[in-house]
Order: sequence, then structure tokens, then C-alpha cells
Amino acid sequence: MESLIVSIYVFTLAVFIGFELITKVPPLLHTPLMSGSNAISGITVVGALLAANASNWGLSTVLGIFAIAFAMINVIGGFMVTDRMLGMFKKAKKAEKGA
Amino acid sequence: MIYLEQFSYLLASVLFILGLKLLGSAKTARKGNQFAMFGMALAIVITLIVSGIAGPTQIIIGMVVGGLIGGIVAKRIEMTSMPQMVALFNGFGGIASTLVAYSEYMRFDGAETMDINVTVVLSLFIGTVTLTGSLIAFAKLQGIMRGAPMVLPMHQILNFILMIAAVVFGVLNVMEPAIPLWPILIIVVAAIFGVTFVIPIGGADMPVVIALLNSYSGLAASATGFVLSNNVLIIAGALVGASGLILTQLMCDAMNRSLFNVLFGAVGTDDSTGESAGPAGEQKTVTRYTSEDAAMIMDTVQSVIIVPGYGLAVAQAQHVLHEMTQLLIARGIDVKYAIHPVAGRMPGHMNVLLAEANVPYDALYEMDDINDDFQNTDVALIIGANDVVNPAARTKKDSPLYGMPILNVDYARTVMFVKRSMGAGFAGEANPLFFDDKTMMVFGDAKAVITGLVRALKKD
Repeated sequence: MESLIVSIYVFTLAVFIGFELITKVPPLLHTPLMSGSNAISGITVVGALLAANASNWGLSTVLGIFAIAFAMINVIGGFMVTDRMLGMFKKAKKAEKGA
Repeated sequence: MIYLEQFSYLLASVLFILGLKLLGSAKTARKGNQFAMFGMALAIVITLIVSGIAGPTQIIIGMVVGGLIGGIVAKRIEMTSMPQMVALFNGFGGIASTLVAYSEYMRFDGAETMDINVTVVLSLFIGTVTLTGSLIAFAKLQGIMRGAPMVLPMHQILNFILMIAAVVFGVLNVMEPAIPLWPILIIVVAAIFGVTFVIPIGGADMPVVIALLNSYSGLAASATGFVLSNNVLIIAGALVGASGLILTQLMCDAMNRSLFNVLFGAVGTDDSTGESAGPAGEQKTVTRYTSEDAAMIMDTVQSVIIVPGYGLAVAQAQHVLHEMTQLLIARGIDVKYAIHPVAGRMPGHMNVLLAEANVPYDALYEMDDINDDFQNTDVALIIGANDVVNPAARTKKDSPLYGMPILNVDYARTVMFVKRSMGAGFAGEANPLFFDDKTMMVFGDAKAVITGLVRALKKD
């Protein structure tokens, strides 16, 4: 029960930090914010790695491997597409020179 | 070793938080994303090292396959398809959480405490709802499913029964975790609930749904963290959960609707561009203008504000629009873009579409920052948008748009609409501005009209 209480503490405080940070993100960047936070939610891969690590093979391990693959799609896809998008955002002067 | 592991997870959490902080400004955003990337890499590497699982090929295969798919999608995806991609990825996050929770459950040996069982139930439920809900959202956005709301007979009662069933099976699972039927039933109920939860929501409300499912995917990760008592999962999931919730609220505010109304109101038509054909205003007549007429007006003006809507993106007219803007700027005309929060199909979507067309981001203005400028502007040029500029939202109390914050285009000296038809917007409310004396209607596909404008501007 004690670990659950600690978990609830951590969760609650993290939600407050999240609210503080995200309200400061301008609407300009909301799409990259969503794809980037998508990648962050791929953190489940850590849990998946532990789940796939059973010493004896079984359904549990197989599920873990699938979980790894799905979470990695999120991680790699999310971070890469966010980087691609943010690379498109340019300030006026540079853009005009380029054009 | 445990200290190294925990300290690394703490560092990863800090990197996620710093990453999100840097996302607060366009200048530092890219760096912020890289911070988060480092945090993720650190968490993954330390897990591999500490648990001594760097070896087994099955893990490597899982990582490589997932990474490759993600990488290819990220490279190839069109910016117009970002909403679908985010919806699908939300779903992947959900299924990963469900799989991890179920895998943990299967490893139970009867020594588990009650709280572990509770968190497994939560994780299974949230993960699965996120999965099926996201798949439906994806299908609607991709056009595989009709965008119109689908309401089953006794829809709300069905949802209610599903919720009760989930709670009952959840309690049973906590009391009798050894019976393998309960987790399966929880997954089944959650899967159905995810579907019935999203199908009654109309295509135009999808920005809200994606944001909400984004939040759920974070909560699913957090729930998995509760199962494993792993703080980095809990923190990262909570950050994403908070982010999704805020975006959900912002989208609702921008439409002047409550979340309840979006989720249960079954509002909307099968319209994917916000311009359904309607019999609006048949009695009155409007004067039709051409691209050439529009170009002639541009000869005499000093300031233009462009209001892009999703119709612009559907017509793929962003690039030629930027070309037109360059021509206007070359003539010394002041050009700005006014972006309504719900322009596009997900939060911030229009900004990305314009950024892709090389529009510098400092020319993009938020609604509140630009609304006072319209009265000193010669031309408000509205392309493929309607509801977000409809003055009926200010005055007409019985309108579905009433109270929705709009862009004050009607205060500009000349109002130019580029539209495919006279149709009313998605809300079905006729726009009185179409019939105003200072309004010019240029009918046609946005790309064709703007291309004509560019040609005419180049001629003189």
C-alpha cells in the first residue's frame, strides 16, 4: 500500500507541473506539442522491456515484445515527426532571404 | 545498481519536464524536443543495462521493428494527415499499456497485494479504451468511416451499462485475481466502450477528441507506471495527461461548447471541409467577383489580413498563397495571417500547414492578438473558412454559433471570401456578411482562385 501512496504523490505533483508548463505553450506549437507528448507517452516501452524479459518463454513474453514494438512506434515516430515539423517553423527574415 | 537505475529515471523525468518547458517558445522548441528525446533514450538504455536484458534477440527485434515503422511513418506522413497520425499513435500508446498490464497479470503468483490488482484493472481499462477510441477517430479522420455522428438506440444507456460492467468486473478481479476470465472481460468491455464513446462525435469535433485521447494515452502510461511502481512512467504519463486535458479545454473554449456537449451532443454533419452545401440565403443575391477583380483591389490597399480555413488545406493552396503573399509584400503591403484556434483538424494544425509552405511564423497571429487590427485593415481575405468569421456568433442568440469567439473580419474595410459555394458552414448558420456591401465573393477552388490572383498580380 505504501508504494501506491508514493505513486499517487508523484502522479499528482507531475500533473500540476504539466498544467504549469503546457499553459505556457503558444497555440502556434500545439500540433508539435501533441506529437511530442505522444512520443513521451511511449515511455511505456520501459515497462514493456521489463515485461518481455521473463526468463521462461510464454505468452507473457510475447505480449511484452508486441508492447515494445507498439511503444517504439510512438517513441521514434513521435520524436522524428515533431523534429521534422519544428524544422519548418522559421522566422521572417530567413524565410524571405530563402525565397 | 538500484541507485543508478533510479537516478537515471529521475534524470529522464527532468529532461521531459525541461523539454516541455522549452516547447513554450518557437525559438527553443526544437531543442526541447531533443531534450525529451535524450530523456527517452536514457530511460530505455538504463532499463536494458540494469535488467541485464540487452542480449535477448526478441527484445531487439521488437525495438527495431517498432522503430522502423515509426521512422518510416514520421518521414513520409503528409502534414495534412497529422491528425490521423497522432490519433493512431495515441492508440498504439494505449495498446502498449494494455499489453504490459496483462503481461504483468499473467506473471502473478497469488502474492500480489490489492493495490497492484487495482492498478492492473485501471491500466487494462484505460489502455484499451484509448486503443479502440483512437482507432475510430483515425477511421473517421482518414475517411474510412463517415465523419457524421453515429448514435445507436439507447446510446447513453449502453455507455452507462458498459461503465457499470467495467466497475463490476474490476471489483471481481481485485477480489478474485486468480480467475483469468475477469481481465479478459474488462478488456472486452473497455474495447466496446472506446467505440461507443467516439462514434457519436462528429468529424468537425475531432480536434477535441484527439486531444482527449492524447490525454488518455498519457494516463494509460501513468497507470502502467502504477502497476510497476515506476516513477518515470508515472511522471511522463502525467505530463502527457495534463497536456491533453489543457488542449481539450482550449478547443472546447474556441467553439464555445462544453466538453459534455462535444462528447454527448452528437453535433455535426458528414462534412469534411466545413463547407456543406446548404440553401442558405437563397432570397438574397450576392455579386460574384473574379480573381482579376480581387487583384485590382489589391492595387489600392496597404494592409491585408489573411484568414485561412481548412478549405485552404483541402485545396492544397498553401504554397500558392505564400507566393501571393510575397507579391503583396513586394508591393509594400502589410500582410498578416489570423489563425483561429479551431482552424484545421487538430490544435495548431493550420500553423504547421502554413509553416510547411514557408510562411514565417512571426506572420501568424493568434485570434486575441489580431482581432483589434481588423478595423484598421483594408482587406480581410478569408479562404476556405466560414463559421470562425460569422458575425452571427456575436448577435444571433438562437444560432448554434452564438457565443463562439470569432475573428472580427467584418470590421475590415473590404471583406473578400474565397469559397467553393454559397453554402453555410458546418454549424449550418448562414453568414450575413456574404450579403454586405463591402463583401466580395470569389467563388471557386481556393487553389484555382489564388493562382488566378497571382497571375493577375504578376501582369501589372
